[in-house]
Amino acid sequence: MIPKRTFDAVIVGGGGAGLRAALQMAEADLKVAVLSKVFPTRSHTVSAQGGITAALGNVSEDDWHWHMYDTVKGSDYLGDQDAIEFMCRNAPSAVYELEHMGLPFSRLPNGKIYQRQFGGQSKNFGGEQAVRTCAAADRTGHALLHTLYQRNIAARTQIFEEFYAVDLIRDAEGYILGVVALEIETGQPWLFESRVTVLATGGGARIFRHSTNAHINSGDGLGMVLRAGLPLEDMEFWQFHPTGIPEVGSLITEGVRGEGGYLLNKDGERFMLRYAPNAHDLASRDVVSRAIAQEILAGRGCGPHGDFVYLKIDHIGADKIKQRLPGIRELSMQFAGVDPCEGPIPVTPTAHYMMGGIPTNLNAQVVIPERFGPEEAVPGLYAIGECACVSVHGANRLGGNSLLDLVVFGRAAGNHAIEYLKENPIPRTLPADAAEPALARLARWDKPEGSERVPQLRAEMQRILQEHCGVYRREDLLKEGINKLDQVEKRLPDAALDDRSKVFNTARLEALELENLLPIARATLVSAQARTESRGAHTREDYPKRDDDRWLRHTLYHRENDQLDYKPVRLKPLTVETFQPKERTY
Amino acid sequence: MKFRIYRYDPESGAKPHMQNYEIDFDPKGKKVLDALIAIKETQDESLSFRRSCREGVCGSDGFNVNGLNCLACVTALEGLKEPIEIRPLPRLAVIRDLIVDMGQFYQHYKAVKPYLINLDPEPESERLQSPEDRAELDGLYECILCGCCTTSCPSFWWNPDKFLGPAALLQAYRFIADTRDQATDERLDYLEDPYRLFRCHGIMSCVEVCPKGLNPTQAIGKIKTLLVKRSI
Repeated sequence: MIPKRTFDAVIVGGGGAGLRAALQMAEADLKVAVLSKVFPTRSHTVSAQGGITAALGNVSEDDWHWHMYDTVKGSDYLGDQDAIEFMCRNAPSAVYELEHMGLPFSRLPNGKIYQRQFGGQSKNFGGEQAVRTCAAADRTGHALLHTLYQRNIAARTQIFEEFYAVDLIRDAEGYILGVVALEIETGQPWLFESRVTVLATGGGARIFRHSTNAHINSGDGLGMVLRAGLPLEDMEFWQFHPTGIPEVGSLITEGVRGEGGYLLNKDGERFMLRYAPNAHDLASRDVVSRAIAQEILAGRGCGPHGDFVYLKIDHIGADKIKQRLPGIRELSMQFAGVDPCEGPIPVTPTAHYMMGGIPTNLNAQVVIPERFGPEEAVPGLYAIGECACVSVHGANRLGGNSLLDLVVFGRAAGNHAIEYLKENPIPRTLPADAAEPALARLARWDKPEGSERVPQLRAEMQRILQEHCGVYRREDLLKEGINKLDQVEKRLPDAALDDRSKVFNTARLEALELENLLPIARATLVSAQARTESRGAHTREDYPKRDDDRWLRHTLYHRENDQLDYKPVRLKPLTVETFQPKERTY
Repeated sequence: MKFRIYRYDPESGAKPHMQNYEIDFDPKGKKVLDALIAIKETQDESLSFRRSCREGVCGSDGFNVNGLNCLACVTALEGLKEPIEIRPLPRLAVIRDLIVDMGQFYQHYKAVKPYLINLDPEPESERLQSPEDRAELDGLYECILCGCCTTSCPSFWWNPDKFLGPAALLQAYRFIADTRDQATDERLDYLEDPYRLFRCHGIMSCVEVCPKGLNPTQAIGKIKTLLVKRSI
């Protein structure tokens, strides 16, 4: 038997979504625990830069309905319109709430929250550029994460720092009863029993070789869900951010272009004028990333290998750069060796964000297809933030909508869980062998013999995804990618650790993380191969058109036999009229 | 490249020691963290350290490199004297290798009530704050809690349990300086103590090492000024 702790709710992940949900429940006097594999302010939310989008109208007239339109269009009509309405409608109050909590937003001369332009934003349903993204300089994620952590200190939320969740506990009737987690400092497994479990484990773009994501972004919640026999939604949709620093991967915020920056090819041409005659450099991210990839393919890339383009911002003046983009200046000088006050920053499309994830509904409950109905909630299980697919981002997320997603659905999950706990006051009986599968998973890495090593397998997986499932995809490439990944997965059972110690064994953590990354990589390739159309961030060279007749639907990937199911896009919003799919131009 | 890295494995029973590593690594454009990862992946899986964002914003990988506290992920290898000596942050208990127990550091942070205190009813929209008032928070709110400053402070070394240290004091001032906060008196009451605040002697090691270019000594000075002003 392993030691056990009991809570009303356990939240796995201490980033923006997890901490927002925790706060909601802690302030309702629930007994809530946050398990985080890193100290919460080390979570990847901290790296978000440009801002959080909400139609406050502080700079120019705005309306949540316009924000909704842009988000639906940005999603290439794959986003569920009820969820998008819910998010955009709730955005202003969610942002004001953050301000009330103490988030140090930058300010306009009249004292209101500063807002900047971001990609894909328009007034009046496709009209002129809107100014909608609320910012704390270019450190909005840092400011948001620290503020939420600070509020959780005030609310006395119990945070288990450096606890790594291994697997969900699911009983025979399908109820989720908590998780097994590893105390990293001691190597001790613990059983966390709870009537509500919230997955807030973030993204998994570390399946790619070049990624803006932190090392810790291994999609742990997705691995747990697949092992529990539940599906993942829309895993073919990964956002390649147009402006990552080549090789290093560090993100250069879209806010640089929002503040007046633009892209140049090796001839010094502002090529976005050609690709997006209206929005130019502030077109949607998928559009800009494809444009950069096209320029590079056409031999107009910069540098000795012609493999990046330049992002120019020095023309707005050093003072503005230092005031509004201080973090970018720091990153650019440290990782690209360029002071953006003086010269352009080299950038290239870089894997950034997972639009897909664990399927959820408006209450952030995890949902599965039901044989005789549309879908049903998995009792006791929620998912929020990047690990979830609700789906507000559809086939392509707009900048500034991810931080919004965290707080809106973090709060929604908290609110619904409070009700769920009232309706389900009695804990269900924990099966005697509840922890066994998780403990077996841990024990597997204690075996001494094995010819394979974790870092090698991980590097090969990352190379496969980078080469076979990048900005542009093709049937033969994807098929070959799956075959290659098969080979890597076959070698996993032969992998072993040299270091099998207990105390803060980071090699073991990396092994457990690889066990989550590999199935995510597989879900991505399989889902991408099946979707024979181009939509949003999923671009098929062999199927260059969007095909609404066949593909206006979400993919559901099941681990068993790589089975794919589909479910319809929810085109009906909560109160307003449907935005009918139409051709998407910027 | 040659490295000398602090090793401690509590399960082995052996005492802490320095271990030499040599790797074939082109330092051009690379950081100390890149080298640590390369050593771990190719030579010694047991070498243990924390890391997350690898771009200087999460604050996981504060170490002591060639005698100076820094973030490994933003510290360039080029220009560092070899063998590059990497040790855990000073004065904190070592859990394993470069991983220290940050518990006390976090306790000090929590002790200054690092959250906005404003008991007025919340308005319908945002509270207003002028850009000038907001600018007072620049150089304060950016702290990443890496611990480089506090563990480089001789006053902290002497009284780690009683002196709050530069990181916590910087955050104390971040809320004092916020025009939206209403608890300045309460905050100053807590800080008016021979140890919590007044162990700072302006040595400025914190300023020297802060990877974000922040100035805790200046913030501490401002708190002291407020205390003096309050007493007259």
